[in-house]
Amino acid sequence: MLCFLALLVTGIEILISHPRLYWGETGNVLTAPILSFPIPSSRDTVPSGYGYVLPDQNGWSRYLHFQTAWALIIIGMVYAMYLFGAGHLRKSLLPARADLSWRALLSVAANHLRLERPSAAEASSYNVLQRLTYLIVISILFPLIVWTGLAMAPGFVSAFPWAVGWLGGQQSARTIHFFITVSLVLFLLVHVAMICLAGFRTRMRAMITGRIDRSMEES
Amino acid sequence: MSGIARRKLITAGLTATAGAAGLAAAARLARRYGLIPPDGGGIYGPGETLTYAAQRILNRHSMAREFPRSAISAKPFANEAGPLNQEFKRLQNGGFVEWRLVVDGMVARPGSFSLAQLKTFPRASQVTMVQCEEGWSYVAEWIGTPLAHVLDAVGMLPQARYVVYRSIQPDVWESIDMADALQPQTFVTYGMNGAELPVGFGGPLRLRVPRQLGYKSVKYITGLTVTDDLKRFGKGLGSAAPEGGYAWYAGI
Repeated sequence: MLCFLALLVTGIEILISHPRLYWGETGNVLTAPILSFPIPSSRDTVPSGYGYVLPDQNGWSRYLHFQTAWALIIIGMVYAMYLFGAGHLRKSLLPARADLSWRALLSVAANHLRLERPSAAEASSYNVLQRLTYLIVISILFPLIVWTGLAMAPGFVSAFPWAVGWLGGQQSARTIHFFITVSLVLFLLVHVAMICLAGFRTRMRAMITGRIDRSMEES
Repeated sequence: MSGIARRKLITAGLTATAGAAGLAAAARLARRYGLIPPDGGGIYGPGETLTYAAQRILNRHSMAREFPRSAISAKPFANEAGPLNQEFKRLQNGGFVEWRLVVDGMVARPGSFSLAQLKTFPRASQVTMVQCEEGWSYVAEWIGTPLAHVLDAVGMLPQARYVVYRSIQPDVWESIDMADALQPQTFVTYGMNGAELPVGFGGPLRLRVPRQLGYKSVKYITGLTVTDDLKRFGKGLGSAAPEGGYAWYAGI
């Protein structure tokens, strides 16, 4: 959570120094962007339309962004070992085959939309929608954000040129990196909203200790 | 103390000791193989060291991506480079014939080279990308001579570890390790896209380091110093970039 916030804030600071996104290999202020953010920039070379330039925060933002990325990769590796080692993947994350029918999916989705409290059996485990979402985050979004980040590094792609080639170019990697960030922020917002709806205190206690206090849940 | 608590304590103690010993051994190895960047101290030191060490293990001999001539950007962006001083304007008015590149430090034959002399070195060209830390980029053809030829000509000593390079602009200086200094695409550059190197892009002379971000490719270079210790330069952080809050190693 702390890592995610650090990466998000520093990522936004870096983006502010050039708030334009491109597709393909190259892009600069003389070429057409596919998306240009209507915000002031921390560089006077960017035609932001504002009459002022924000202070440059890129130095520490870059240092912190990359250091946090390392921390997240190390945490991710420990988590992956735990997932496979403790059988957590099969037990808690892979959805049961019976749950994967459209009917089952729709019924869980409907319960969610009606903001129904989870049944006792559901409260101590993840339901099929949660399982699918978490699986997408850890097996697609997380690897992709690391990959697109590395694809922007000239030193890294000199050793592994396919890492940027497969994405369609260095500017494409930067653009994809941005949109995965947006999806992760959306995931986080929904995740936190669900926790609040389900009772913030009991859920936080359950996450940290791994236990669910039934009497608290009911009260 | 119960048996379980004692066992836990012993396990934790052993793990911590093994971890500390492992880190110490890793640090010693990293120092021996030159995998610690000059700005590897401070709160961002661990991240910088991991990045630099990991990349040097993976890319010591790698080549920056080269592009076909058709990929050359129609609209390269020159970026801004501070005001040019009187000395630059004097040399520019003289058609840069008096421009000199001074090479000193750990070399057998310190000397200085005019542009005409540099052009007698083996000429090479590359179509590579300039990538700014801000996020923008362009592709251009760069013409010059590999820095390795210049270092050869002055007889670089075997114990040399870094090359420090300076711009005619005051306080603009950078340095690279030997992996980048001797990399065949690291050019002393005097041409771009089939013509002379324009002033906006660093003309008459720019050091191109294509495996790192744009700010390592210093414009208007006038001097190279070969050294085995960066502590003696500036604040001892390796280059002007860390003094301004930016990383010394910019391969990212």
